[in-house]
Amino acid sequence: MSLPLSHEISRREVVTAAAVGVAAAGLPPAVGGQAAGSSGSLPLSLTVNGEHRRLDLDTRVTLLDALREHLHLTGTKKGCDHGHCGACTVLVNGVRINACLSLAAMHDGDEVTTIEGFGRPDRLHPMQAAFIAHDAFQCGYCTPGQICSAVAVLAEIEAGVPSHATGDLAAPMTLSSGELRERMSGNICRCGAYSNIADAVVDVAGRP
Amino acid sequence: MQPFTYERAASLEAAVAAVAARPGARFIAGGTNLLDLMKFQIETPAHLVDIRHLPLRAIEDLPDGGLRIGALATNTEVAAHPRVKREYGVLARAIVAGATGQLRNKATTAGNLLQRNRCPYFYETSLPCNKRQPGSGCSALGGVTRSLAVVGTSPHCIAQNPGDMAVGLRVLDAAVETIRPDGSQRRIAIGDFHRLPGDRPEIEHPLEPGELVTAVTLPRPPGGTHHYHKVRDRASYAFAIVSVAVVLQKDGTGRVAFGGVAPRPWRVEDAEALLPDGPAAVVKTAFQGATPTVENAFKIPLAERALALALSEGRA
Repeated sequence: MSLPLSHEISRREVVTAAAVGVAAAGLPPAVGGQAAGSSGSLPLSLTVNGEHRRLDLDTRVTLLDALREHLHLTGTKKGCDHGHCGACTVLVNGVRINACLSLAAMHDGDEVTTIEGFGRPDRLHPMQAAFIAHDAFQCGYCTPGQICSAVAVLAEIEAGVPSHATGDLAAPMTLSSGELRERMSGNICRCGAYSNIADAVVDVAGRP
Repeated sequence: MQPFTYERAASLEAAVAAVAARPGARFIAGGTNLLDLMKFQIETPAHLVDIRHLPLRAIEDLPDGGLRIGALATNTEVAAHPRVKREYGVLARAIVAGATGQLRNKATTAGNLLQRNRCPYFYETSLPCNKRQPGSGCSALGGVTRSLAVVGTSPHCIAQNPGDMAVGLRVLDAAVETIRPDGSQRRIAIGDFHRLPGDRPEIEHPLEPGELVTAVTLPRPPGGTHHYHKVRDRASYAFAIVSVAVVLQKDGTGRVAFGGVAPRPWRVEDAEALLPDGPAAVVKTAFQGATPTVENAFKIPLAERALALALSEGRA
């Protein structure tokens, strides 16, 4: 059976693939792409909060540990380290993800925004200011992840991404209370500041 | 994590060749399940081939009116696609019933299909598990079984497939397209993609070493109303105790698949033919031969109620 596969691959990529195929004969298999050496360390570059950063990391280092332990951006927090709690939420190329469930090596060339990139104490992002105004945290440990997630949630609604709380899939998305709670369910707050977090996000969402 | 080497694949051909050439090599795309399992040392690949930059992310119309979803399209991208929302609503609903916004932004279509099971004994490395250590025994049998499968199981494994997306794909008659290391391509019906455990629970799908999923295709939209109901222990971000995907036509006929109850999305065509007779008739046939435990026998009446809810919604 002929499957519509080849049309996705440009001519340039086919040529590259053929060249790699030739080059790979008699060489270790890893030569096909950017590869880690036997030591398991890998050079990579990231743009973090607008700044170009170069790193040389063990392949096992997660994006979260690269940010905290190697770039010393400790605003992003480690909670469960398994994608359950959302404390490590950052934006990669504008999209929120769990930094704990991603290898730093996989982000070579990516743009990462952490809580430090949203605003500074003297120049807060509106979401940061709203969290303060609504007393939307107690211990504060989940707050960087909550704020990154909240900013991304508003963009996702704008982009028409549905959620489990969405009624009519075809209608324009709005930020109801049910929508907000469902969309923020990947960010756990052990102190239970949820109602104030919801107030802060609704406040920012309601602004023109 | 155990040490591993890493490469970013430069082409599709290089990716499948790299995985086929090295024992212990694995593809990685979203990584949300694989890295989690690597942290527990349940998965210990010696080499990772990162395929995220391959041109397998597009979602495009097929000439026959169907839709082709690239293997690397994220869960979010699929659920937010205008045609998926409009014409394959059961798929959009199933996807957003699973995981969180952060995970759906990273998890890919193929990775979701290939996610491992969530049996607590699979995760507990100090105990035997036939999936983790073939032949070591099943700790779930005689253990805590409330979340586990009730049908399609074997004396060697009672883990359930935890997916939501796959249940939606099952009622849409999706197919999985792959490429093998020799360059040949094949198409696997979604109903044949997840294997029942039998006496080899560690073999979960028919893919060969180095074979890569390239896309999931959907036939022309089935019409009707689309429903996905998921019953779980909390309102959001939990695996299904029972879920049901339904495509219901005006004349009362339709398609039904259940999630959270079997080692694969559980669709029995003879059972869904009984839809006009009501949910009890469908569930009775769909769960014929079920071997639930005392702890999870409740899943069968719960499946009937979830189906009844979906049907009442469809008739409203």
